[in-house]
Amino acid sequence: MKPAKFNYLRPSSLEEAVHYLSEYGEDAKILSGGQSLIPLLNMRLSTPKYLIDIGRAEGLSYIQEEGESLVIGALTKHREIEKSELVKEKCPLLSEAIRWVGHEQIRNRGTVGGSIAHGDPSAELPCVLTALRGEVVIADVNGEEIVSPEDFFLTYMLTSLQPDQLVKEIRFPILKQTSGSAFVEVARRHGDFGLVEVAAVVDLSEDGSFSEVKLAIGGVNSVPTALGDVERLLVGKEPTEESYKDASVLTMEMIEPESDLHGTAEYRRELSGTMVIRALKQATIRAQGGRVM
Amino acid sequence: MDGVKINLKVNGQDISREVDSRLLLSDFIRESLYLTGTHIGCEHGVCGACTIHVNGDPVRSCLMLAVQADGCEVKTVESLIQENGKLNYLQQAFSDNHALQCGFCTPGFLMTVSGFLEENSKPSEDEIKKCISGNLCRCTGYSNIIKAVKQAAQTVSN
Ligand SMILES: Cc1cc2nc3c(=O)[nH]c(=O)nc-3n(C[C@H](O)[C@H](O)[C@H](O)COP(=O)(O)OP(=O)(O)OC[C@H]3O[C@@H](n4cnc5c(N)ncnc54)[C@H](O)[C@@H]3O)c2cc1C
Ligand code: FES
Ligand code: FES
Repeated sequence: MKPAKFNYLRPSSLEEAVHYLSEYGEDAKILSGGQSLIPLLNMRLSTPKYLIDIGRAEGLSYIQEEGESLVIGALTKHREIEKSELVKEKCPLLSEAIRWVGHEQIRNRGTVGGSIAHGDPSAELPCVLTALRGEVVIADVNGEEIVSPEDFFLTYMLTSLQPDQLVKEIRFPILKQTSGSAFVEVARRHGDFGLVEVAAVVDLSEDGSFSEVKLAIGGVNSVPTALGDVERLLVGKEPTEESYKDASVLTMEMIEPESDLHGTAEYRRELSGTMVIRALKQATIRAQGGRVM
Repeated sequence: MDGVKINLKVNGQDISREVDSRLLLSDFIRESLYLTGTHIGCEHGVCGACTIHVNGDPVRSCLMLAVQADGCEVKTVESLIQENGKLNYLQQAFSDNHALQCGFCTPGFLMTVSGFLEENSKPSEDEIKKCISGNLCRCTGYSNIIKAVKQAAQTVSN
């Protein structure tokens, strides 16, 4: 048996789950899809005294439209997002990004809440959420609070979640019908974590210049990073090779990649510049009504 | 102690057991049910050797606790064989195309691909490659596995 001993709790509702957390939070771990936690338990990198399996908690798995947002329950599986027509229509960026999350066998069990709470800087969903300036809804026994991705992701695998809190739902802003979006990634093998990934959304004004740009990069900093300066640089400019190049140069200045087994810092920096151009180009072509394969 | 009672269906048969909550589903299948077709390679979700179906979807059995399978329908590679004892179309395709050597990875590939072909019976080569990218094979190389999946797809769609 690989995992160390733990007490297993299986709440059947959100209320019961946050109650357990308020009692055992310091010594407990939430188990959702288990696709990141169980490997950690198997290697005994994590040895919680209590394991709170929220997998059967009712009412936490849903994808629905609410005002300007696509609201997704924490327990919603990656595969459900991948198959959802509503997501395809309202937030094609999310549909495109989700296919990069692990392999199908992983997506069949991994959840949205788990991905966000795990806070891996090269995970796809945190990058999309950051680009779109979405919201994380957090719950504890006292109620709920809404946190921006910027305040939520603190550093590698560390979020602002307190021991007695859990992620209840994620809100992804709905994209305008006229906008174009793209998610690009380079990984060593399809399904592996990305070396660099970029999420882009662009809107064009009538004269063809950028009226709005949203851009985030993952895999290079300790948290997924919104490229606000690059966005501001582009707004008002025409989508030309020159503006793409400027965006790429500024991106390379803004990031602080580190070297690891899979690539050097220099390689990641160069790649980031290239990927920003690639994402912007694809998103722009889509905003112009074209198709990109 | 912390034994937990679970009820599940494995390859069509109802099973009821008391298990330690930290028992992995992969170990439960192999060591409690003696269904040793499900192989264990890495135990952290990377190699795909332990792939089974839970409620119809391919998943890693090493990344699930047995207690999480309570109330679920589980299918292992042993479920593929036909009632008359003959290989099914997918197993036959692997055999015909020399898509295995040592066979360690094969159960995982079979369970991944059988789930995939149920959803997409006319896959492109690129789709096949993506589908099997989560399963590692260290001896055969992937060309023959791709050929086998193509043959199996042909059989299903005919
Ligand atoms: C081989 C392999 C490849 C992978 N590749 C990728 C990839 O390319 N991209 C990617 O993004 N992911 C990848 N993953 C991880 C996978 O996508 C997981 O789905 C995801 O990171 C975690 O979701 P989960 O539901 O499985 O969470 P779990 O594993 O159950 O939990 C992960 C962490 O989050 C906490 N947690 C879970 N849910 C909540 C909640 N609602 N509130 C508070 N805390 C919570 C847990 O306590 C734990 O610390 C991969 C995994 C494997 C095994
Ligand atoms: S043993 Fe489960 S994926 Fe390797
Ligand atoms: S046939 Fe030996 S590992 Fe695949």
